Amino acid sequence: MSESTQTKEEWVPKGDLQEIKDPEWLFHEAPRKTEFITGSEAAREAIRRANVDIAISYPITPQSETMQQAGYLFDEGYIKEYYRGEEEIGVMSALGGASRAGVRSLTATSGPGLMRGLEAISSWPGARTPLVMMNMCRVINTPLAIPPDNIEISFLLNTGLLHAHAENQQDFFDYSLAAFMVSEQVDVTLPAVVSVDGFFVTHARGQVSMFDEKYKLPPRDGWRAAIPAMDNENPPARLSRDAPIQKSNFISYHMHASWQQEVFAAVERSAKYWRKYIGDLIEVINPNAEEFIVSSGACVSQAREAVRQEGEKGREVGLIKIKTIRPWPKRELLAALKNAKRIFVPEFNQAGWLHKELCSTLYGQIKADIVPGPRVYGGMTMPTEMVLEWLEDYRK
Amino acid sequence: MSEVKRYNVRMAGLGGQGVVTASHILSNAVVLSNGFSSLVPFFGSEKRNAPVESYVRISNEEIYEIGEIVYPNVLMIFSEQVITLGKSYTMPFYTGLKQDGIILINNNKPINFVPDEEREMEEKGAKVYYLPATEMANDVAKTELATNMCMCGAISAIFGMPDLVALEASVKDRFIGKGIVVSGGTAALDSVIEKKFAKKQKLLDANMNAIKAAHQYAIDHKWGFHTDANREEREKTATV
Repeated sequence: MSESTQTKEEWVPKGDLQEIKDPEWLFHEAPRKTEFITGSEAAREAIRRANVDIAISYPITPQSETMQQAGYLFDEGYIKEYYRGEEEIGVMSALGGASRAGVRSLTATSGPGLMRGLEAISSWPGARTPLVMMNMCRVINTPLAIPPDNIEISFLLNTGLLHAHAENQQDFFDYSLAAFMVSEQVDVTLPAVVSVDGFFVTHARGQVSMFDEKYKLPPRDGWRAAIPAMDNENPPARLSRDAPIQKSNFISYHMHASWQQEVFAAVERSAKYWRKYIGDLIEVINPNAEEFIVSSGACVSQAREAVRQEGEKGREVGLIKIKTIRPWPKRELLAALKNAKRIFVPEFNQAGWLHKELCSTLYGQIKADIVPGPRVYGGMTMPTEMVLEWLEDYRK
Repeated sequence: MSEVKRYNVRMAGLGGQGVVTASHILSNAVVLSNGFSSLVPFFGSEKRNAPVESYVRISNEEIYEIGEIVYPNVLMIFSEQVITLGKSYTMPFYTGLKQDGIILINNNKPINFVPDEEREMEEKGAKVYYLPATEMANDVAKTELATNMCMCGAISAIFGMPDLVALEASVKDRFIGKGIVVSGGTAALDSVIEKKFAKKQKLLDANMNAIKAAHQYAIDHKWGFHTDANREEREKTATV
């Protein structure tokens, strides 16, 4: 068939046929349809609507299914460029480069892959590279295992990355789309991670309400950024080697210190955009309770069931879901927990990074007993029964 | 809404038996009939005959919990090897089963449990049902690959939901709908079965016949009727 007899739909990349819409309209007003799909499929549908220019990844369970799906999107023309890197250091380095070139960039990884790419990943925020990394949490410790355990999040806490923690398939869809928009704001210009607990969410089906696939986010404008995109025709203001930034071969320490301050200030500034796109940074159930459960990610779902079962017995237990780990919703947490007497912090990891974060926020501010647990790790889920048991034990 | 009805199902079987597929079909059928359901599969490296577990939550209320089901009230055992050869992530297979739970086992005769197992299942008040699902699949659908369909048919009769109409819609969704994301091994098995049934309609029919046969088998044996006082009356009317 010659090109002239083909219809537009047959030869134009599908992404180019989508209609660009205002993100706020898409997130809050556009009509939505609900589908019963896996977390990997929810990620695919977010990517389809995200106007992604380039995706680079290296397969690793449980992320592989999502990026395999991204491959189909590339084939259909929803992603302009897509390739499999050699391994994660290469992938994360290349993705940083793609973002510096001014295009919307996406990757996804899991546990050990994240660890391998960490050198390049922690260079992203300082390089001011807006991009999105989906992180499907998986055990990283030896012995080898693939189920979810979100200890890897603790390795990202102090890098300067934005970090949202999705509870379920719906969050994974919503937060991923919002992450692109937040990361590309001029006064943010930072990479964003959307973590989700692997398998429990990625390989499980849940209800996901989505706006129509005929719409997509506006494209990235590489010049609207704290550091303009690299223009290889006109040599850029260099990050290095320009006095007075430079001292010998390395940047001077006070330049570096202020550079870091600016990165972490930008993390804080991102809060207003997260609020604009995904609402409050925390969700509160039973705000007047004296006993609270504070959690993030899929663990929140277990806590919800525990709160419901306690409610059926006439006992009011509060629940706080933390949506963004970075920016950390300090102000909101202090306000919501000011009258709490006892706080439980259930987590899917051994170290209790969320408990530590919470303690450093609440220390000296409120009188509550902040209980370090319950925790499960190595990949098991937290049975609701375990949360209920802890509540009961502490009441004795 | 009537009282909360909640089934937490742990399915255990062997790679290639369609355990994960069965959980998708059952779960999707519940959703299609306006119930609430979620599922999560669990398996290691994908290979035939390796242990597989899949967990399905069914409720008439929104479901919050995720992840594997540690304390199920229903067990579906797709192969006796799960029990007799310990091909399972959960040993013994009934670990965590709640009081008065249901156990559906694919086998043509009762299994000889060791005395400790026998006693512990008795203490739990577990109802054990044996369905000759593999034989039934071979008889009705002419392939043991329909074993999982028989298991779905029987469990739906035990629960009294989802009905056969919803199950049929779900099977259709799975094989000719826009489908679900399947792993490499499952895709390979899909193509084997598609070759066997040159026309997809034939495949659907064979699967539905297997489901119906097992469904009827469970009703004939009055499985699960103890949980529902009016069940016997309703089934009589339904057959008329």
